[in-house]
Amino acid sequence: MMSRGRFGEFGGQYVPETLMNELIRLEKAYQHYKNDPEFCAELDDLLKNYAGRPSLLYYAERMTKDLGGAKIYLKREDLNHTGAHKINNCLGQVLLAKKMGKTRVIAETGAGQHGVATATVAALMNMECEVFMGKRDTERQALNVYRMELLGAKVHPVTSGTQVLKDAVNETMREWAGRVDDTHYVLGSVMGPHPFPTMVRDFQSVISKEAREEILKREGKLPDAVLACVGGGSNAIGMFYHFINDRGVKLIGCEAAGRGIETGQHAATMATGTRGIFHGMHSYFCQNEYGQIDEVYSISAGLDYPGIGPEHAYLRDSGRAEYVPVTDEEAVSAFEYLAKTEGIICAIESAHAVAQAIRIAPAMRRDQVIIVCLSGRGDKDVASIAKYRGVNINE
Amino acid sequence: MSKIREAFQSGKAFIPFITAGDPSIGDTERFIQTMAESGADLIEIGIPFSDPIAEGIVIQEADIRALAAGTTTDLVFDMVSRVRGKVAVPLVFMTYLNPVYHYGYEKFFTRCEEVGISGIIIPDLPYEEKADVDGPAAAHGVELISMIAPTSEDRIRMIAKEAKGFLYVVSSMGVTGMRRNIRTDLPSMVRAIRDVTDVPCAIGFGINTPEQAKKMAGIADGVIVGSAIVKIVEQKGKDAAPEIADYVRKMKEAAEEAAD
Repeated sequence: MMSRGRFGEFGGQYVPETLMNELIRLEKAYQHYKNDPEFCAELDDLLKNYAGRPSLLYYAERMTKDLGGAKIYLKREDLNHTGAHKINNCLGQVLLAKKMGKTRVIAETGAGQHGVATATVAALMNMECEVFMGKRDTERQALNVYRMELLGAKVHPVTSGTQVLKDAVNETMREWAGRVDDTHYVLGSVMGPHPFPTMVRDFQSVISKEAREEILKREGKLPDAVLACVGGGSNAIGMFYHFINDRGVKLIGCEAAGRGIETGQHAATMATGTRGIFHGMHSYFCQNEYGQIDEVYSISAGLDYPGIGPEHAYLRDSGRAEYVPVTDEEAVSAFEYLAKTEGIICAIESAHAVAQAIRIAPAMRRDQVIIVCLSGRGDKDVASIAKYRGVNINE
Repeated sequence: MSKIREAFQSGKAFIPFITAGDPSIGDTERFIQTMAESGADLIEIGIPFSDPIAEGIVIQEADIRALAAGTTTDLVFDMVSRVRGKVAVPLVFMTYLNPVYHYGYEKFFTRCEEVGISGIIIPDLPYEEKADVDGPAAAHGVELISMIAPTSEDRIRMIAKEAKGFLYVVSSMGVTGMRRNIRTDLPSMVRAIRDVTDVPCAIGFGINTPEQAKKMAGIADGVIVGSAIVKIVEQKGKDAAPEIADYVRKMKEAAEEAAD
């Protein structure tokens, strides 16, 4: 399926020449260390004793009974240290960077979860850390900015372009092209040039590895569907990966439809995007008729990205996975529903996947099983949800 | 001999860059004439892109201004078609891969041929990925110009061997933009290139003063200047022509001094 960083015809390595030797070095280092028993043992130890893995596979009994259909399990990535799946990738990449002799890491962030995870691991491994975050995102996720600073990272508000996630990626790429000798770019999703989509997927695939083993133990069979939200697509590919060869398991990615596909204010790349080559990869993007990248919108800063990882493009076009749009309103309702029904405040990103479970579970049989990846916790979103509902909580 | 190679035949080449559509497409048309009349040997025309990851802040902002002014790939082609009859120097495009991909490689290079574009520089298209573009470009007489960076090291030979038009030697790490000091060991990069090809080399990224132009022209066959010219347009807008003329003349003279 994969050659030279391709998933079918998607993927590739479309970056300035300045970065090519560094990407080649990174690929070689990754190929070496992923098979190095010492590296793997070290990473496993960190995942277990630092991040708190394995994450729980929680049976959402009240939700299941309330919806009256399929049994719903939640893969609790929100319970990881730093509160999201992002730590899985950061532990892998920063450890790799350290082995490569790097002393400094840089990262982009949207909602701030990846920035926080990178800053956390950088602190743990005594690396210098700088995070690039769209200025608009620093405003809607001010708490995470302060959190990164507490962890010793320097946060750069990005004022270029539309001042959100894609601009943060642009700026981090520019920074990396200026300084590769001592610096590794900890890309936060399964996107960008090869080897990132493969490497990040491998680090995130622990999600489905655990979920698959656990569900077989608990239910004695595979699930009928697994659901995850998609922006760039890292928790989704992590949730899908070990189920890809189980043809009976439906893989469903939930993308941000913002104020509705018809309003044009959304980040629904699969529903509305066209093929393009951007941010180092051939994939689908929201763009205009001349290939200018669109400004996208979602209530969720983490899904507010105009593209999608190349492996998702491949999984969709080959018919293996399906991708559905979920609006802000549906996501916020699901966010509130999960809080009231299960006592879990999840990330607004993850709420997009919960919304899809609420849609499909009632029509499924009671002996059917779905797993929803709860990619992160929702503390960071409480203020913006209150604002969305018109509640003034004085923040 | 290709039109681009000819531009390097009379001494050291001075190659200015301008973002198309900043502040308007009509202004760009005039500025191109101004640059040609003031001694430019080859002109790079930037097709603006929403997310130019190899550009510093000056050209990023020019791209945003140009797009906000309604510039499209088609309008750039139309402008080139008009200006082509007025200037003799070769014209090359500089843009990112997505606008070209989205236009369709075949259609894009057909239009290039029709309007008289001699070459194209695509910063986010490295050696490994160039085959899909090079075929259609070459079929329409457009030379795909390769870049060599300070980090290219062992890749220099591979890239230089297949070079067409000229080689764009990136002077510094990072993105485009004016720099006070250029520290890369450019003479040894150029020597490594000379070992495998006689395609001319032009140095770009960071150059803005006549002193730098003279020094760089002493090392290579030409000098590329972008941000300094775009900065003049940023400051003077539609009235930038006289200052662009002075600047291009001064830089061309400085480059020529290196040939003496």
